[in-house]
Amino acid sequence: MQRLIKSALVALWFVVLTFPIMGIKINTVTHSVDLRSDRMLMLALGIFILAAVWDWAFSRKSRGLPVISLPQGLGSSLARFCGSASVRRGSACAVLAGLIVMPWVSSLYQTNIMTSALLYIMLALGLNIVVGLAGQLVLGYAAFYAVGAYTYGLLYQYFGLGFWACLPLGGAMAVFFGLVLGFPVLRLRGDYLAIVTLGFGEIVRLTLQNWSTVTGGPRGVSNIPRPGLFGMDLTLEMSSTYLYYLVVAAVIITIIVISRLKNSRVGLALQALREDEIACEAMGINLTRVKLSAFALGSCWAGFAGVIFAAKTTFINPASFTFMDSAMILSMVVLGGMGSITGVVIAAVILILAPEYLRAFSEYRMLIFGMIMVLMMIFRPQGLVSGERATYRISALEGRAGKGEGA
Amino acid sequence: MDFQYFLELFFGGLTRGSIYALIALGYTLVYGIIQLINFAHGEVYMLGAFTALIVAGILGFTGFPAVGILLVAALVAVVWCAAYGYTLEKVAYKPLRGAPRLSPLISAIGMSIFLQNYVILAQTSDFVPFPRLIPEFDFLEYIDYIMGPSDLVILVTSTCTMIALTLFIHYTRMGKAMRATAQNRKMAMLLGIDADRIISLTFIIGSALAAVGGVLIASHMGQVNFNIGFLAGMKAFTAAVLGGIGSIPGAMVGGLVLGLCESFTTGYLSGNYEDVLAFGILILILIFRPDGILGKATVQKV
Amino acid sequence: MKKGISLLAGAALVALLAGSAQAADPIKIGVPGAHSGDLASYGVPSLNAAKIVAAEYNARGGIMGRQIEIVPQDDQCKPELASNAATKLLSDKVAAVMGHICSGATKAALPIYNDAKVVSISPSATTPALTKSGENPYFFRTIANDDDQATLTADFALKKLQVKKVVYLHDNGEYGKGFVENNRVQLEKAGVETVLFEAINPDAVDFSSVVRKLRRAKPDALFFGGYQPTASKLVQQMRRDHVNVPIIGPDGLKDEAFIKMAGKDAEGIYTSYPSDTSNLPAYTKAVEQHVKMFGTQPGSFFPNAYAATQALLNAIDKAQSTDTVKIMEALRSESVETPVGTIKFNAKGDPTGVGLSIYQIRNGKYVEVGHSITLN
Repeated sequence: MQRLIKSALVALWFVVLTFPIMGIKINTVTHSVDLRSDRMLMLALGIFILAAVWDWAFSRKSRGLPVISLPQGLGSSLARFCGSASVRRGSACAVLAGLIVMPWVSSLYQTNIMTSALLYIMLALGLNIVVGLAGQLVLGYAAFYAVGAYTYGLLYQYFGLGFWACLPLGGAMAVFFGLVLGFPVLRLRGDYLAIVTLGFGEIVRLTLQNWSTVTGGPRGVSNIPRPGLFGMDLTLEMSSTYLYYLVVAAVIITIIVISRLKNSRVGLALQALREDEIACEAMGINLTRVKLSAFALGSCWAGFAGVIFAAKTTFINPASFTFMDSAMILSMVVLGGMGSITGVVIAAVILILAPEYLRAFSEYRMLIFGMIMVLMMIFRPQGLVSGERATYRISALEGRAGKGEGA
Repeated sequence: MDFQYFLELFFGGLTRGSIYALIALGYTLVYGIIQLINFAHGEVYMLGAFTALIVAGILGFTGFPAVGILLVAALVAVVWCAAYGYTLEKVAYKPLRGAPRLSPLISAIGMSIFLQNYVILAQTSDFVPFPRLIPEFDFLEYIDYIMGPSDLVILVTSTCTMIALTLFIHYTRMGKAMRATAQNRKMAMLLGIDADRIISLTFIIGSALAAVGGVLIASHMGQVNFNIGFLAGMKAFTAAVLGGIGSIPGAMVGGLVLGLCESFTTGYLSGNYEDVLAFGILILILIFRPDGILGKATVQKV
Repeated sequence: MKKGISLLAGAALVALLAGSAQAADPIKIGVPGAHSGDLASYGVPSLNAAKIVAAEYNARGGIMGRQIEIVPQDDQCKPELASNAATKLLSDKVAAVMGHICSGATKAALPIYNDAKVVSISPSATTPALTKSGENPYFFRTIANDDDQATLTADFALKKLQVKKVVYLHDNGEYGKGFVENNRVQLEKAGVETVLFEAINPDAVDFSSVVRKLRRAKPDALFFGGYQPTASKLVQQMRRDHVNVPIIGPDGLKDEAFIKMAGKDAEGIYTSYPSDTSNLPAYTKAVEQHVKMFGTQPGSFFPNAYAATQALLNAIDKAQSTDTVKIMEALRSESVETPVGTIKFNAKGDPTGVGLSIYQIRNGKYVEVGHSITLN
């Protein structure tokens, strides 16, 4: 009961708060004021329910309970089910098989959308190295993406270099920029770092826009060729399918590399860095090296994705690499769970495909992105799928023979 | 002639700089108390401009005198923005107190995106004309080469606001409590200061200042849209960092220095790289002198 | 799950085959453009225009006994969505395309149409390179390109305003910068001095420095490249600072919203825009049809889109074929009476017969000042 009264008060507060912006619309043509009482009612109702849920969620949170939990039996059996290696392998195979047959059973359009979604997965996984594993919030990730894309676009335009030559070069250029940014910001703390990278991202975009003699300025670079296959003349359909498989392969490689990386020395050092920089340094980890490798690895992936993006759209301009694009990739990492590969993949798929297929939803896309970022931070900072980490058991202590076991 | 040109640029930079300073104060107040970069602050500024636009639109039909409309609209914008700031803190930041440092920052970015799209959906994504409410001043006739009526209003209002804020911080109980909390929150709480209230108060004051800035710029430029908060917010943040984030006089000095820098760069060199300059300053300051012009050096304690 | 999808796909394939077996399957015309999002006001009128013209043909029994079907595809004017939209249209097997709306989107989509050898006609993409580069043999448009606008404005500034030195400001967008650059090239050739050429950020909180710099340069005219919101801010600052040089802008400033936004400060500004054709019978008819079908007055680029659809359907009709080469031949040889004039297309794909005029804002209205060119 108390909760309901409280919710009603909250609803009232929000109605008053949002009244000028939500409830009033000035019609400049007829010079009249439209009152949107329907909207206000909807809002009041919505806030009322939300506030009740919010309050309930907090009371759970404060009692130390998870906000969303499955019934005991189901939860644990589900966990066992998902945890078992054969199920994992099986579902991975099923997804892979689905991806492979996709271009043959669906239209070109679906394939193209899937290619974009996969590119975003690649970007999100790359950003996940820096943000998720190393805990360094980078807000200018689109800049590295732009560096990759422009490397291909410009090298093709001036020197006629092809896709395959540019793919490693794009990655290398992005790594170079990552290091250029990485060196000076080494000693910055979390939020300062975030702002510096945001500034860096804007500078890269503004430079691309202003330096017209080289980059084409706002006009961008057009007629970038799609990747060739042994000099064969491909039709549009064939080259899109080819590109699609390329991206699928790229994503698979990314996933393999990152999951390897996570449990490697560097990967563990990155995660230690995320948890506590000072303790990390005390443990003898070379902070400079670890941070720089995080930047290098993260930006490298953005560079690759950029080259593929340029090949896919065949036209690039600075408008594709704004802060909003960086924020969108970040929200995938946040939603997916920092450090979790599965989570990030799922989040990227949801965030890219949902607006594409639910047209009604697309208008609210950014609104929901923003809301997700806030809500996830509050209720589930570990993301949809919390970053699974290897645990080591030292068997000698347990009095059993055998080696340490990764789970 | 050339001295006159210098003066023209100087006053142009002053106008711009005092707006940056007004918004920068909001960043710096919040940062001083909870060490959070309130990324959604630029959006509060934008909401201020929009609220004023709507109020002015309604009053415009009633045939109120322009100055009256401006005052009422600004007042409503200030009150509503203060409420937005208060709510923002309660919804997006308070639940995250004690969370890792990056969590509130991500939440703030989310809030900023949310508020922009809230305005797009509730109002419009187009540019909307803002009524011209600032009267002509006859006595400006002789110097109108360097200063127009809106420049004068901006300078006077922001100076008064900043003086009032300084007095408030230094001489009232609340202001003293704010300073105490900024210095050492735990100690302040031990001394019986309600930290939650102080934090709310900080957001309210910061947002009210942003609203003043929003109304001033909207009437100066004659239009608003949902996106005006991003660049203005970034510039103001740069100003806050430049002056030393957490320091109130620092924010004012930083704002003015940045405004003047931009104005002189555009005037004597080229306007093409005006924004690159601002972001460049931001990066360089953060890297080489993160405490800014007037900030105190901080040592991270373990 | 997968099985379900492939079954479905199989069923769809069968349906498609069965469909094409019938003689009277419709001729599909793809209409991509911004149908939602911030720029929807530029895209929706074109879609309406296409629907009206198609309905007219259908009422007469279609072409070659086949009905015309309009296939809309939303690209929100974003390049990355545009290439998706283009492939979607191709997989829908459209015979030709009337779109895209924005230049960026058009640029991204054209390589796809080129590969598939499909004709597209844009009602509103004005970037010169689309036709001039020669890379898009299947592309046409019913609007004058930015070079033509610049030819007209530069000519006007030279002959009517007799400028000696000018200032160019642009918003660093492709459209705005292209406009001032083109003017600069042509005016410098005629010996006009450039005293300032600079970008301004549309989002800046204040334009006083750049305006004072402009005032010090004492130009005879200001060329502004960009859209109306930026222009209105700039103009207000200029009037506040008593800068009264003539301002010349592209068609982005020919928008009623500009007058509403800038009020009396907008007085005297020159813009280029297609010549007023509202007294042409084809124009009045098109507007009447729009009012009848949609109940409102048509919006931006409606006449151009109407003309584009007319030209396209007329070409298919004259060629009695949906073969690309035959459609292109007919587009180049057959004149059509449209709301924008009697047009056909030159070898590059630009329209001939479209007029461009200089307009000036006088007493809150756009008025033709009697300086115009006709494209050929």
